[in-house]
Amino acid sequence: MDWELFRSSFWPILRGGLTGTIPLTLVSFVVGLTLALVLALMRISGKRLLSGIARVYISLVRGTPLLVQLFIVFYGLPSIGVVIPPWPSAVIAFSLNVAGYAAEILRAAILSVPKGQWEAGHTIGMSRQRTLRRIILPQAARVSVPPLSNTFISLVKDTSLASLILVTELFREAEQIAAFSQEFMLLYIEAALIYWVFCFVLAAGQGAIEKRLDRYVIH
Amino acid sequence: MSSTDPAPARTQTPGEVLLSATGLQKSFGSNTVLRSIDLTVRRGEVVALVGPSGSGKTTVLRCLNGLEVPDGGTVAFAGGPSVDFGGAVSGRELSALRDHSAMVFQQYNLFPHRTVLENVIEGPVQVQKRRRAEAVEDAEKLLDRVGLLAKKDQYPFELSGGQQQRVGIVRALALRPDLLLFDEPTSALDPELVGEVLKVIKDLAEEDWTMVIVTHELAFAREVADEVVFMDGGVVVERGHPDQVLRNPRHERTRRFVQRLLHPF
Ligand SMILES: Nc1ncnc2c1ncn2[C@@H]1O[C@H](COP(=O)(O)OP(=O)(O)O)[C@@H](O)[C@H]1O
Ligand SMILES: [Mg+2]
Repeated sequence: MDWELFRSSFWPILRGGLTGTIPLTLVSFVVGLTLALVLALMRISGKRLLSGIARVYISLVRGTPLLVQLFIVFYGLPSIGVVIPPWPSAVIAFSLNVAGYAAEILRAAILSVPKGQWEAGHTIGMSRQRTLRRIILPQAARVSVPPLSNTFISLVKDTSLASLILVTELFREAEQIAAFSQEFMLLYIEAALIYWVFCFVLAAGQGAIEKRLDRYVIH
Repeated sequence: MSSTDPAPARTQTPGEVLLSATGLQKSFGSNTVLRSIDLTVRRGEVVALVGPSGSGKTTVLRCLNGLEVPDGGTVAFAGGPSVDFGGAVSGRELSALRDHSAMVFQQYNLFPHRTVLENVIEGPVQVQKRRRAEAVEDAEKLLDRVGLLAKKDQYPFELSGGQQQRVGIVRALALRPDLLLFDEPTSALDPELVGEVLKVIKDLAEEDWTMVIVTHELAFAREVADEVVFMDGGVVVERGHPDQVLRNPRHERTRRFVQRLLHPF
């Protein structure tokens, strides 16, 4: 075990995580979640066309590999004249992917709020939209935190695929040092360790959010 | 309830007609739930809606509050909306109906993510756009009246069923509606908690709130109601003064229903 290499490569790989992996994950997740909310609302709108479009979209995203989606955006689109740099390509592919998964989570969470809550909102004079925003979504949020956290943690790991479209992130840093030093085992394990620490911290964060949202439920 | 009880009649004279519903019809698929329901409620009047389970009582209340859209009939409030369900009905018309009434649910339906006080001021502040400070002051007065001021910062799950239902009533009162609708307000409660909720409703009756109450508490109906309406199978079978309907029913169906409630086995 070459401890000196482990030590000297630690910072470059970690920096790849902090400046590549984490921003990529955060931006993709926020954009994806926003899109997911729109898709979930389309699904429950009761309008056949809107809910049909959302259903097809979700099915496509969930029925095709993420790597293929990523390659279509980065290597495929240029052949029809659309050239997007690596980082935006990755954000687009990951956001669209997250949206497909999170939409189903949000839809289920919204539907899990009892019908009486909608009616209570209406009876105090609230419109459907206001009831959704002030009464239903806050309750749905609590239900969706655990499954959304899973999606988020998966995304952290999935962003390693972005190394294949030349995005500078944690795994690409590790790979480059590995190729240069020929110490593949050492560097891949080091990368794995850093991913693990990231996910460990995130899981703790999930616990904290759940606890905060739990203040109004029976323990 | 024996026939020698003195009838505790309410003394005030009913005012002008506040709510007038005519010919309400409603089917769910092939199940016709309301055939043609007429209901008139005068200002300050308490109407008790009684009848066997499944007879359509909840559906009537929901139609009055626009939570259910009847297939036909009209609902009109004096000096307010008059909605004809014969044709297409807009969301605006339904929300106009809701502006005039407020519903107290069997299952309370409090907002679990909001404190007691937040539950009560939600409508006044968010919908009626009243000043928050004023809405809070109002809410605190109402909570104090039902003995729950000390609980104002607690969440619904911290309260007993009876307390939750009293908050449900305060939430409805805070909207200052013309008409209060109660759907079996005590049916979900443990027996020892029923009294505290009925007491609150009785006080409201004495203050001349206008109310339609669906209830199986016949003794209570006799005491607070000005009129009892007995429904069965989607029609009004009999209506009239509580003593008449509950003690000397004219119809066999009413008689059987009252007997069943008084002597369940
Ligand atoms: N949303 C609904 N969809 C289908 N059937 C319903 C619905 N609401 C009520 N019903 C039916 O209407 C009938 C009357 O119900 P309801 O008004 O709740 O009666 P009650 O309150 O007198 O017990 C019942 O047979 C019930 O199954
Ligand atoms: Mg009912």
